[in-house]
Amino acid sequence: MVPLGRRAADKVSAMPAPPQPPRSSSAKLVVLAPYLWLVAFFFVPFLIVLKISLSQTAIAQPPYLPVLDLAAGWQGIKDFVAGLSLENYATLASDDLYFFSYLRSLTVAAVSTVILVLAGFPIAYAMARAPRRWRPVLLMLVVLPFWTSFLIRVYAWINILQRDGLLNQTLSALGLIDQPLTWLATDTAIYIGLVYSYLPFMVLPLYASLEKLDDSLLEAAADLGCPRWKAFWTVTVPLALPGLGAGALLCFIPIVGEFVVPDLLGGSDTTMIGQTLWTEFFANKDWPVASAVAVVLVVLLVGPIAIYQHLQSRGVENR
Amino acid sequence: MRHRATPGPDGAGEPLVRFAAVSKRFAGVPAVNELSLDIYPGEFFALLGPSGCGKTTLLRMLAGFETPDEGQVRLAGEDLAAMPPHRRPVNMMFQSYALFPHLTVAGNVAFGLHQDRMAKSAIKARVEEMLALVKLDGLGSRKPDQLSGGQRQRVALARSLAKRPKVLLLDEPLAALDKKLREETQFELMDLQERLGTTFIIVTHDQEEAMTVADRIAVMDEGEIVQVAAPSEIYERPKSRWVAGFIGDINLIEGGVVEANGTGAVIEDSGGRRFHVAEANGVSVGAKVAIALRPEKLRIAAAASAANEANSVRGRVWDIGYLGDKSVYKVRLADGTQMKASVANVTRIVERPISWDDEVRLSWSPSAAVLLTR
Repeated sequence: MVPLGRRAADKVSAMPAPPQPPRSSSAKLVVLAPYLWLVAFFFVPFLIVLKISLSQTAIAQPPYLPVLDLAAGWQGIKDFVAGLSLENYATLASDDLYFFSYLRSLTVAAVSTVILVLAGFPIAYAMARAPRRWRPVLLMLVVLPFWTSFLIRVYAWINILQRDGLLNQTLSALGLIDQPLTWLATDTAIYIGLVYSYLPFMVLPLYASLEKLDDSLLEAAADLGCPRWKAFWTVTVPLALPGLGAGALLCFIPIVGEFVVPDLLGGSDTTMIGQTLWTEFFANKDWPVASAVAVVLVVLLVGPIAIYQHLQSRGVENR
Repeated sequence: MRHRATPGPDGAGEPLVRFAAVSKRFAGVPAVNELSLDIYPGEFFALLGPSGCGKTTLLRMLAGFETPDEGQVRLAGEDLAAMPPHRRPVNMMFQSYALFPHLTVAGNVAFGLHQDRMAKSAIKARVEEMLALVKLDGLGSRKPDQLSGGQRQRVALARSLAKRPKVLLLDEPLAALDKKLREETQFELMDLQERLGTTFIIVTHDQEEAMTVADRIAVMDEGEIVQVAAPSEIYERPKSRWVAGFIGDINLIEGGVVEANGTGAVIEDSGGRRFHVAEANGVSVGAKVAIALRPEKLRIAAAASAANEANSVRGRVWDIGYLGDKSVYKVRLADGTQMKASVANVTRIVERPISWDDEVRLSWSPSAAVLLTR
């Protein structure tokens, strides 16, 4: 994660820099590699999407206009620039379908992240407090679901949640319900699916933070008159915050753009932005509007990262 | 100046801390074994022993982090068994310092005061007082990772003293410091303890450290106390071969008692040599004993010189260690025993009067030796 890297870098810069041997050119290449990766697989594709979002839909190949015609020389470039417009963004602003899609995505992501924190913290805490020899096994169990395809696991949930599915069978066998409940195509199903799918992304960074926590810090707190339950809030939680922040970002950001879970488990009445984008792109074949939706989504997601970074750097300054 | 009457079992009244027949086992392995110990108010007390001797376990039982399997730990007459660590009026300075990394120096020092719901202004004043006490004025807003090791050690000390505990527990407090800083800090600790009058209990494996700072030392081995006494007593009158060897360097001559009375004893070793010891130490004729001799109490001279002490042995210099302030001569006797004699380097000698392979005579007065029966 970028924010964690920054934090570490700040720590290093607070110390006197050790004398560095002159970097060889191969060492420079290694440093360059992540940047090249980002340029090739994030920045360039983003520019392409940005360009398409400024175009108009057309029945052509590719299905939008203008297309940059370098063969026409300077005139071609001028025509190309003249053909770009913000029309698609105006469309997004004028139709409240998009606004509500974004709003719903952010709401679902926020609620899911809160549930994930509440579910993930006890799990990570129990893992970090477990006897040392058990920890690799527990870690393995958290990662185990990744051995099956994400899509297949979500399909499995359809089976569990459907009317005569495992969940209703179990509940009626326990005598908790008389009539089978409707789970599928509800918000509850979406939340179950999202929390299930993203739990490891919350648990792993939290575990990494909690596992580093030195037991003697809790002893010191007790020694200074702080009861156990209070030390949890004054020592454990503050020291787990970096992990909590990383976990929340790792969950919140992909959930905002999530398509598979709401599409397979959710109802058709309200859609998340990922589904809207999919409809624009595949059903309406409107690449420019779909691209505009994506660009706005990226801008929306940069927001929380910026806030997180701001909080992190403020934390550093407070030292 | 430090000139305080050594508090101790005689005269100081009621003990402040009492371990009464305390035992503690970890997974069946005894760490502390039916140990009884009294520590008196105002003492600077050291628990000294090799690693794994149970000294830290003893300290942690007083702090409340370990529960004794048997026996009682009492503080000012009160049994601590039912009292959780956060209610005990003792504070501990941890070996790792255990500073809270998310709090500033001031936040760390104030942590215990906040637990007592002290008024904000009082906390501020106390924190400043504590930081001044450990000479960290002005560093209150730093975070622990911006401090040097020595400064962190001081923060830990200030934090553990902030609540004015009845007893301050120090778990190897200076182990992470380099030698010079450690020695300086030892004197600062003594000074601090004298000024505050708080009872300090220090756990250490470093015998020099214990000798320097403590009024009384309990030497521990394998979960038991081997000897409790003032540093000079432990050094000059060790109770057993083990204590004599653990505290400082020692030469041991094994032998049997051939004469013992009020004016001393005569010991004969296996080679038939006889030695006089001024204090008979209650031994009786026929007992197997060891004569313990500190290296600095031996005199070394060329073999040809006249013997002017009651006891002497002859041997050959096998090695010389130059330590700056003193030189240590390792002398091998005819029967193969090795003895060490240390000589203060009072002049800036370049040429030694005694050199490798020289025939020498080691001699000592009867009052320099101690008889050990155990």
